[in-house]
Amino acid sequence: MTEELFKQMAQSIIDGDSDLSVELAKKAIEINMHPLEAITKGFVVGVNYIGDQFGLGEAFLPELVMAGEAMKAAVAVLEPELIKLGSARETMGRVVLATVEGDIHEIGKTLVGTMLSASGFEVTDLGVDQPAEKIIGKALEIDAQIIGMSALLTTTMVRQREVIEELDKEGLRPRIKVMVGGAPITRDWFQKIKADGYSEDAVGAVKVAKELVGKGD
Amino acid sequence: MSHKNIKTISNPKLKLEILTEEDVKKIHDATLQIIEKVGVRFPSKRALEIWEAHGADVNHEKKIVRVKPQIIEDALKKAPPAYKLAARDPQQDLQLDGNHVHLGTDGCGVEVIDIHTGEKRTSCLQDVRDIARIADATEEVAFHWVPVSAQDTPAEARGLHEIKAVWENSTKHLQTESIYNVEEAKAAIEMAALIVGGKDKLRERPVLSLMQCTAPPLGHDGGSLDAALLAAEVGIPTGFMTMAACATTGPTTMAGNLAVGNAEVIAGTALLQLAYPGAPVFYAAAQTASDLRTGAYTGGGPEDFLFGAATNVLADFYNIPLSMGAFATGAKEPNWQAGLEGALSSFMASVVMSDMLLGCGFLHGSRIWSFAEMMMDCEIFSIVHKMMEGIVVNDETLALDVIAAVGPGSHYLGQKHTRNHMRELFMPQFMDRRPYSEWETKKDDARDWALTRARKVLKEHQPDPLDEKISKEMGRIIKSVEK
Repeated sequence: MTEELFKQMAQSIIDGDSDLSVELAKKAIEINMHPLEAITKGFVVGVNYIGDQFGLGEAFLPELVMAGEAMKAAVAVLEPELIKLGSARETMGRVVLATVEGDIHEIGKTLVGTMLSASGFEVTDLGVDQPAEKIIGKALEIDAQIIGMSALLTTTMVRQREVIEELDKEGLRPRIKVMVGGAPITRDWFQKIKADGYSEDAVGAVKVAKELVGKGD
Repeated sequence: MSHKNIKTISNPKLKLEILTEEDVKKIHDATLQIIEKVGVRFPSKRALEIWEAHGADVNHEKKIVRVKPQIIEDALKKAPPAYKLAARDPQQDLQLDGNHVHLGTDGCGVEVIDIHTGEKRTSCLQDVRDIARIADATEEVAFHWVPVSAQDTPAEARGLHEIKAVWENSTKHLQTESIYNVEEAKAAIEMAALIVGGKDKLRERPVLSLMQCTAPPLGHDGGSLDAALLAAEVGIPTGFMTMAACATTGPTTMAGNLAVGNAEVIAGTALLQLAYPGAPVFYAAAQTASDLRTGAYTGGGPEDFLFGAATNVLADFYNIPLSMGAFATGAKEPNWQAGLEGALSSFMASVVMSDMLLGCGFLHGSRIWSFAEMMMDCEIFSIVHKMMEGIVVNDETLALDVIAAVGPGSHYLGQKHTRNHMRELFMPQFMDRRPYSEWETKKDDARDWALTRARKVLKEHQPDPLDEKISKEMGRIIKSVEK
């Protein structure tokens, strides 16, 4: 019975079916299954499967995103129960994501957020057009290990440097690591502004984030 | 109609108008005038006798035939407009009905870039086997030409060793362009008959078809004519291919070059219909412009692309299938030029629905076979295949519900509609869309992946074997032709 439920949970993630994953999460609570067990033995199995399939070239980005969203929806149901039980899900780390001030492009950043959440990070996505003080303020508030910044324009990517300079001034690095990304971001730029991590796509960003929190493969 | 392991273009949504009805009429009239006044050379005793018996003006000394338009036009009307090319596996039969474009391997090259060493060397029988085996497994390839010359076999039976090698390594249809004399043609027909269980079955199931080159300007090859007549007699589909090239073997102007090539092809086709009315025939062409610096015929270039589309209009006018030369390039390596010429020529020939599209695999004016080029040409065909599907407009594809659900901002990656339709988007095998950093560490590209793919298929693919008894009997037939 429990085994069957785990299987269904994994499958709901593989199918990217958020409605079903939420329903199964609620069912787990009803039958007094420990929320952590539902996550690790059920839903995570599905996320890992899709991740592996993606790595093999068998699954595509939309499937990865849908699995990530279904995972997030299930965890959102289970998380309050976990807190009630006095335990918390062990996360890979806490991340603040934002598109920098003056820039309203966010699909890449949103994708990075989905991928990071699906991989076990706790992600706070501030959205677009975010000034340095807001990004840093949120990072301090939630005690984030990583700030991830996106920019699409050469005219706005300079804001990434401002945030890094501000963090340095406050003595917040290396406590807070900085990841940068976006279409105009090159390795040269990443090195020039002395960021800690950089990736050209969302899947690569997960790898970089894991390395930054010392949990690389 | 779907085929086993064959990807074929059908139900096209794109159209191209390259010649008006009036243009075609002018080319046709010019062609008839050429055949009537200038004549076409038929250096075959048998061919000349057939022409004479049907009222043509025959000059036996010069072997030139001049024919009244009515005779040509009446003869052409007897050609079947549609028929099938049978395959060893009937699930791989190909319809030549004007609604399909089937890709073949190109032929017939003399050198090969060795699949293992990467060195260029003289082609041999094992190459014919290897290429056939890879083509058998590759869905873009619908049929075979003999890709390269088996130069390690005796010249007098080489064409037979080659077709045996293809049949032993593939179940797909085989069209040979390398049998052009009576002895080999007779033997080839016997060999084909073994597969279908008798010569009388070939008309129903032609597992072999024959492509004969003309000898431009305005000539034919004697051996080719005799071989074609033998094939036509038993119902083996036969086509004449003109390769008239602007400024050397044809007029410099494209219309004139089309007329010269057309005269060669339709005169040859009419001959087959006079001898064997209703015999399955096809039009074949690979016209191009000669290089003005060297006189070389390499194929490729804008004239080549235009001929690719124009010729099908002519074949349609005569209501017979077309085998069109495409993918020709003078490039020495699989590079910018090879990709460009392969893409434009195959697109132009496909958009007008040439029934047979030749062919994948060659560099340097159809001389050097490259396995990487073969695989990349197949990807080009897949791209054209996708383009020919056009854009479907209906409620499902307009996706209004999904557009409303996503709204301004956000993205479509998490939508079920996306997952339901994402596999309709073209997924390239050999295009580099990776992050720059990934390329930077590997510095590899399409050529590496294409070669890896070819090597993998060659290592892993096991074609349905040809019955051993048939193989042995074929070997015996070949022996009897060898001196």
